[in-house]
Amino acid sequence: MSPFPANLLSMDDLDTEGIAEVLAVADSFVEVGRRANPKVPALRGRTVATLFFEDSTRTRMSFETAAKRMSADVLSFAAGSSSLKKGESLRDTVETIEAIGIDAVIIRHASSGVPARVAGWVDHCSVINAGDGWHQHPTQALLDLYTVRQALQVLIVGDIRHSRVARSQVTGYAALGAEVTLVAPATLLPPSLEGWPIAGVSHRLDDVLEKADVVSLLRVQSERGSGAFVPTLREYTAGFGLTGRRAAMLQPEAVILHPGPIVRGVEIASDVAELPASLITEQVSNGVAVRMAVLFLLLGQGPVEGAHGG
Amino acid sequence: MAERRPDATGSPRPVLLRGGTVVDQTGQRVADVLVVGDRVTEVGTVDSSPAGTVVLDAGGCVVSPGLVDLHTHLRQPGREEAETVETGARAASLGGFTAIVAMPNTEPTLDSAEAVRTVYDLAAGVTAEVAVAGAITVGRAGERLSPMAELSELGVRLFTDDGSGVQSAGLMRRALEYATGLGVTLAQHCEDTTLAADGAMHEGAWSSRLGIPAMPSVAEEVMVARDLALVRSTGARMHFLHLSTAGSIELVRRAKAEGLAVTAEAAPHHFTLTDACAAGYDPVFKVNPPLRPIADVEAVKAGLADGTIDAIATDHAPHAPETKDLPFDQAPPGMLGLQTALSLAVTELDLPLDRILALLSWQPAVICGLDTGHGGSQGGPVVPGSVANLCVVDPAATWVVDASALASRSRNTPYAGRKLTGRIRHTVFRGEPVVIDGEAQR
Repeated sequence: MSPFPANLLSMDDLDTEGIAEVLAVADSFVEVGRRANPKVPALRGRTVATLFFEDSTRTRMSFETAAKRMSADVLSFAAGSSSLKKGESLRDTVETIEAIGIDAVIIRHASSGVPARVAGWVDHCSVINAGDGWHQHPTQALLDLYTVRQALQVLIVGDIRHSRVARSQVTGYAALGAEVTLVAPATLLPPSLEGWPIAGVSHRLDDVLEKADVVSLLRVQSERGSGAFVPTLREYTAGFGLTGRRAAMLQPEAVILHPGPIVRGVEIASDVAELPASLITEQVSNGVAVRMAVLFLLLGQGPVEGAHGG
Repeated sequence: MAERRPDATGSPRPVLLRGGTVVDQTGQRVADVLVVGDRVTEVGTVDSSPAGTVVLDAGGCVVSPGLVDLHTHLRQPGREEAETVETGARAASLGGFTAIVAMPNTEPTLDSAEAVRTVYDLAAGVTAEVAVAGAITVGRAGERLSPMAELSELGVRLFTDDGSGVQSAGLMRRALEYATGLGVTLAQHCEDTTLAADGAMHEGAWSSRLGIPAMPSVAEEVMVARDLALVRSTGARMHFLHLSTAGSIELVRRAKAEGLAVTAEAAPHHFTLTDACAAGYDPVFKVNPPLRPIADVEAVKAGLADGTIDAIATDHAPHAPETKDLPFDQAPPGMLGLQTALSLAVTELDLPLDRILALLSWQPAVICGLDTGHGGSQGGPVVPGSVANLCVVDPAATWVVDASALASRSRNTPYAGRKLTGRIRHTVFRGEPVVIDGEAQR
C-alpha cells in the first residue's frame, strides 16, 4: 500500500487506493460516535490546531469533534481576535503556532492556495485543507463519497465556478469511476474545464435528471458575488433548483446531497430537503467519522505517544 | 529639449574598453573604445591612452550602447522599503541599463511638476539616467487630465497611468488629442477593469483548476482594439505597454501594416514564463498583465522577431518581501526585472545579439525620446564625440540568479536559481565605469 500523504491539501493528493483507505477507516470510526462515551485513544498526546480565517460553523465543529473523539488536544485559533488583527503576517502566525508544538494544522481561508503555502512553511506538522477559496475542500468530497458509497451517474448542480466543493468532488467521484456531469448556467461554470475528469456539461437540469443516481447541489454563493452571474435567484431556481416537480423525475434510488448550509427555496425546495432521498443530515454525521479517519491516517501511524519530534 | 537633470559629470579617469566587438545600429566592428570625460573619444585600435586610464577587458564581449528600460517602477517617493531611485538605478546599471523610465504610480503620483522635480532631485548623482513618465490623469484616477504641457516643459516625453489603463474612451481620446500638440507619447497599460475584475492571474485552464480569480485575455485585447481605433481617429502617436496576448500582438501587427504610428513593448517574463507557474500559489509569479499560456509566450516571441514589438521593457516592479507572503489573490502584482532582462533575452530568444540589443537599447531610446535624434544621449552609435553610455555584454557567460544578491531592495525575482546565459560585464554611464566585471562600483 502506498504511504498516506503527509498533508491533505487537495483530492489530487489521494489516489483511488488512498480514497478507499479513508472510507474503510471511516467505517471503523462511525460506530464510535454512537457510543455512550464516544472516544477512542488513537491520537492521545497529539495536538491539532484549527486555523479558520473564514467563518465556518459546521466544518470547524466537525473537525474539532473528530479530533476530540480521537483524544487529541485541540487548539482553536480564532482569526478575528488574533494577532493578525495587529498586523502579524499569515506566515508569522503559522510559524508561531507550529512553534507551540502541534502535529496538524487544519486551515480554512478565503484565498485559494493558502493551505498549500502553509505546507511549504511548516516543517513538523501536517496540513489539512478545510476549504480554501474556490480551490478545494477535500474532506467534504470524502464525506460525500462515504455517504453515497457508490455512484455511477453524478450531477453536480449549481455555482461550480466559485465552488471548492465541486473541484474536490469532481476528482473524488471520477476516482470512484462515476461519470460526472456539471449542471449550471454557463456563467457559473469555470472559464475552462480543460483536464477536468467529467463526462459532460449541461445547461438544462431537466435534460439530465432522469439518468442520475447522485444529485449533488451547491449553494448559490451570494457572498462571493455570484448573484451577478445570474439575473435573479428566482430565475436560477426556475432553471436549476431542485423543486418538487424535478425531484419526482429522479430514479427511485437516486440520492440528494448538499454540503450545506442549504438555502431552502433557492437551490432546493424545502420539502425536497426532507425527502428520504435527501442525505444532507447523514452527510453531517458522516463528516465526523471521515475527518477522524483523515486525522488517524495522517497522524495515528507515526511515532508513538510522547515520541513526536516536532 | 527642455530641462533634464542631472547633468553629466563624467569620470575623473579615462576608460578604455579593450578588445571587444562594438555593436550598434550602424553595424558591428572589432574595436577598442576610449572614453575621456563623459565622451567617447576613439573607436578603433587604441594604441595609447592617457596616463591613469582604467583599462577594462572586453575580449569575447560585445560593446553596445547602454540599454534603455521603458518601464521601471522605482517606488520612490512613497514605497522606499521596496526600492529607491538609487537602488533601482544600481540594479539598472548591473543589468546594463544606462537609462530607465520611472513609472508614475508612486505616492504621490507623478502628475505634477513638483512630483517630477522630486524624482529628478532623487536621481541626481545616481548611476543611470532617470527619465520620468508622467501620469495621463491626475492621481491616475482616470477622471481628468494631468498638466501634461507643464510636465512636458520639464522634459517628460512619455505619459501613462500604468498600473491601470485609462478606462474612459472619451477621456483617452481627449488625452491623445492633447498630446498631439505637445509632441509627447501616451503609453497605455491595456486592461479593461470590468473584464479583469479582481483577477489575480490569467483566466484559463490553470486558473479554473487552481480556483484563483482570473482575468481573461480579452481584458487586454479590448483596450488595445479601442485605443487603436482612437489612434486612427486622432492621428496621435501611441505606445502599448507590456503586451502579453497573441490577440493584442496581432492587433498591433495589423495596425502597423496599416501605417498607424504605434509602438509596443513586451516584458521578459511574458516570453519566459507561463500561467502554469501559479500552480504553487507563490505570489512571486503574480504579475500584471498576468503570465499567459504557452501559445501567448510564443506569440510574444514572434512579435519580437518580426518587429511588431519594438522594445523589451522590464516592468521592474519591486515589492517588499512581506507583501509577497500574502495569499496569491491578495499579494501585489509585479516582478523584479532590471538585472535579468538582457540575460533572459539571450537565453530564451532565438534572435541574434544585435537584434536583442536593438530591442533593449536604441529602439526604446527613440520611443521615450532619450535618443540623440531628440537631443538625448542614449542608444546612439558608438562614435567619437558621443556621450559614453555603454554596456559590455559577455554573450557566452553563464550565471545563476541569486535573489539575495540582487541590488534591488526587494527580492521578488521569479528566476531565483535559474541558470542564464549572457551577462553584463561592464557598464559605463556618462563616462564613468559604474559596473566593472559584474560589480557595482558605487
